[in-house]
Amino acid sequence: MKHLLSTENLGAADAIRILDTAEEMAAVGDREVKKLPALRGRTVVNLFFEDSTRTRISFEAAAKRLSADVINFAAKGSSVSKGESLKDTAQTLSAMGADAVVIRHWASGAPHRLAATDWIDAAVINAGDGTHEHPTQALLDAFTMRRHWTKLHGSESIGADLSGMRVAIAGDVLHSRVARSNVWLLRTLGADVTLVAPPTLLPIGVEQWPCKVSYNLDETLEAGVDAMMMLRVQGERMNASFFPSTREYSRRWGFDDTRLRALDELGLKDTIIMHPGPMNRGLEISSAAADSPRSTVLAQVRNGVSVRMAALYLLLSGDTREAATTSGAAGTDAARSEKENN
Amino acid sequence: MTETASGASTGTFLIRGAAILGGGAEDLLIRDGVIAERGTGLSAEGATVIEAAGLVALPGMVDIHTHLREPGREDAETVETGTRAAALGGYTAVHAMANSNPVADTAGVVEQVHSLGRASGWVDVRPVGAVTIGLAGEQLAELGAMADSRAQVRVFSDDGICVHDPVLMRRALEYVKAFDGVVAQHAQEPRLTAGAQMNEGAVSAVLGLAGWPAVAEESIIARDVLLAQHVGSRLHICHVSTAGSVEIVRWAKSRGINVTAEVTPHHLLLTDELVRSYDPVYKVNPPLRTASDVQALRAGLADGTIDVIGTDHAPHPSEHKECEWAQAAMGMTGLETALSVVQETMIETGLMTWADFARVTSTVPAAIGRVADQGRPLEAGEPANVILVDPAARWTVDPNKMATMGRNSPFAGKELPGAVVATFFKGHPTVLDGKLNTPYRHAADAAGAGSRN
Amino acid sequence: MTDVTAPVPSRVVLNHADIDRALTRIAHEILEANKGSQDLVLLGIPRRGYPLAVRLAGKIAAADPSVDASAIVGQLDVTMFRDDLSHQPARPPYPTKLPLSGIDNKVVVLIDDVLYSGRTIRAALDAIVDLGRPRSVRLAVLVDRGHRELPIRADHVGKNLPTSSSEKVRVRVEEFDSVNGQPINEVVIEAGA
Ligand SMILES: [Zn+2]
Repeated sequence: MKHLLSTENLGAADAIRILDTAEEMAAVGDREVKKLPALRGRTVVNLFFEDSTRTRISFEAAAKRLSADVINFAAKGSSVSKGESLKDTAQTLSAMGADAVVIRHWASGAPHRLAATDWIDAAVINAGDGTHEHPTQALLDAFTMRRHWTKLHGSESIGADLSGMRVAIAGDVLHSRVARSNVWLLRTLGADVTLVAPPTLLPIGVEQWPCKVSYNLDETLEAGVDAMMMLRVQGERMNASFFPSTREYSRRWGFDDTRLRALDELGLKDTIIMHPGPMNRGLEISSAAADSPRSTVLAQVRNGVSVRMAALYLLLSGDTREAATTSGAAGTDAARSEKENN
Repeated sequence: MTETASGASTGTFLIRGAAILGGGAEDLLIRDGVIAERGTGLSAEGATVIEAAGLVALPGMVDIHTHLREPGREDAETVETGTRAAALGGYTAVHAMANSNPVADTAGVVEQVHSLGRASGWVDVRPVGAVTIGLAGEQLAELGAMADSRAQVRVFSDDGICVHDPVLMRRALEYVKAFDGVVAQHAQEPRLTAGAQMNEGAVSAVLGLAGWPAVAEESIIARDVLLAQHVGSRLHICHVSTAGSVEIVRWAKSRGINVTAEVTPHHLLLTDELVRSYDPVYKVNPPLRTASDVQALRAGLADGTIDVIGTDHAPHPSEHKECEWAQAAMGMTGLETALSVVQETMIETGLMTWADFARVTSTVPAAIGRVADQGRPLEAGEPANVILVDPAARWTVDPNKMATMGRNSPFAGKELPGAVVATFFKGHPTVLDGKLNTPYRHAADAAGAGSRN
Repeated sequence: MTDVTAPVPSRVVLNHADIDRALTRIAHEILEANKGSQDLVLLGIPRRGYPLAVRLAGKIAAADPSVDASAIVGQLDVTMFRDDLSHQPARPPYPTKLPLSGIDNKVVVLIDDVLYSGRTIRAALDAIVDLGRPRSVRLAVLVDRGHRELPIRADHVGKNLPTSSSEKVRVRVEEFDSVNGQPINEVVIEAGA
């Protein structure tokens, strides 16, 4: 694992290794001294072609807790106004000695280009690309779900997956990198995923995804859900006729107060409500739902730092591919003992 | 178009023992621009002998769809570099698309391109005229003036942009009947493809790239074959890329509609799975489709539903491909790989013979473009536009070694069969031993000053 | 890395009983040096230092019935404090678990299986600083094989093992290791490659 570009190609062992590492990182966050020296002397560049203060400060906090030097690079150059090319920017960062590039880009696949070309040799972390993927968001969502799920079952979270957990993701799947990353990761971790959306906001080809698809949120809730994730919906989609009005959208696909009550009526007392933020209160989620004890919105933000610390640590300290190949108890333990002691 | 008979001496060549159209080995004697004799055991007296045992002799290929970029984008390609690439690829004529800058929408621009082609001397350059002024899709360009010009334009196209206004398309189809022209439609419904980046389907869903639905192509083709039928005109469909398009063309032909269709080599071989790399070398218009589309295109070409191969050769400077997918230009180079890709996909699969190859790469495209002295039989008395192909050769595509300025070949690194050994253009060898030789010099130009200004 | 089908030549230098005797002696030394069990905290360094720490705590509790073994033992992960992180394959850190009493003003005894370069112990000292302020820190190891690269020495040593640096010292504990399916406690020296 030299880069973290997508969850589509992230294997279960790597995913669980990231989540397990994040647990230890989270423990550091509870200590008086919240800093670790692990990435001392390494340089992490936050390369943002698209504004996202939340994601940037989350990565910045993660890198700083690991003692890395952080450079924030807000690159101009949108789909309309071409600025410096991605290639030139990458070569500039390479010349500055960046060890990792955290890239947010409006164009799907831009992180793949950085990783695939010889423009820069750094580790590349996808912090959200176009309508493609947002792998660290999915990892922090899975981390949040795993803590909830294992606590519910009184089991240990380290090493656990999400087998048997029923997750519904509702909203603008078509334009959502969060939905894509979650579908692949949750499948890998064994959860049972249902996408809920108006048919206009589902991509052609979704029928081949490893999940169920529903047009009806109430039926999905009635079938039983352990985690309900609402996706941000942009009201402007109305103008492109993806749905007739925001009112009709929130009535059919929003998590409103009626549906919040329905969880109780359905006996779903342990169902959590998730949202990647920022929320459109009153559109895809009501304030009561967002602020209810079921809501994990703030826990997701907190867990984001731990998961990003884990990703930076695993990508920047050595080569995990080597560690991943030595499985099997005797071999691993012997190798590890030698490494630690000799 | 009559220089061949009256032109300067282009020498005498005896091609010995070539498989004519892949058939039995015979000799071809080329003298002064024409095939003087065809037979066995022809005398080599006074001739340069080319031993052609194991080689296939074919009529020079005619590309119905080439972007030479000049005037306006000489950083991407020039008539000189593009036609060198064409000669190396086995072509003796290309149709230069109208989306230059300025657009080839006046007699002046098409005559300029025509002159540049003559001056280069590697192939016949047949300019395509724009259907609408500035490719803007609003007002007909002076189609008649372009037809009457020295360039003698017969193919009209806004290629790159669809003539989507149904009334304008109807008028264009009707109007070109006056001079036996044809409208070559780039079938792409614009509203259905706003911002589109790749074929819409399973792969685009995963990659999060805006989808380019097959229906955007098929609905325009369906409309236009009905329009062509209604006004009794001739219609050509550029770069058909979907199984549904093949079905519609097949249906139209069964109804007697005068429609021809083209397919590119890349659509015969590549699929949208390649886009998973996000490498813009695979970004093209129309987009790479699915494996089942590829199979339908091959079947359509084999059974005659699709009439011709068109390269849609579209060179781009590297900075237009070394970027994010969404920022990248659409298009691929194709002139120097077309023969090999068609051999790989159609001949080595047993779907076509070399005689079929000659039909789809030479005879029919010349007929569509009304190019009188191209695509002719390899018989005595015919113009000597002949190529020799080594079907047993295998080579690895290296864009850096190509004559085109474009480095955007989607076949880079791929091993392909078949190589062009020689190209005779009007009896003159533009390519010998697989390498560029010298250009043909038109008699009228040779007498006067150089025509490149 | 370890080819189990063709093991390199090795010799056992401590068997199960040897290890047990060594730990018993160390437990008594710790009590002696501390003048009793007052304020003692044993922190095992993952992975094999931790089970050794648990065993030592058990032996201390056996010697002093006022001691609750589980209340004085913890685990201290040093992964994130190592000075070779950019050269080593990354792995998830192990949990750090301190006794409820914490380590402030305690006498912390670090427990590891093998003392070699001293770099692990240096990392452990850094890790401790971020967790609290012990009154003192001591070091107990099952094996000291020499070849120190830092000015660090152990207070309690189970066995001094002169080795060449091409040799490998393997400590096997029944909590993690087995041979032919049988859990095992032993220390072996393997010839260098
Ligand atoms: Zn086109």
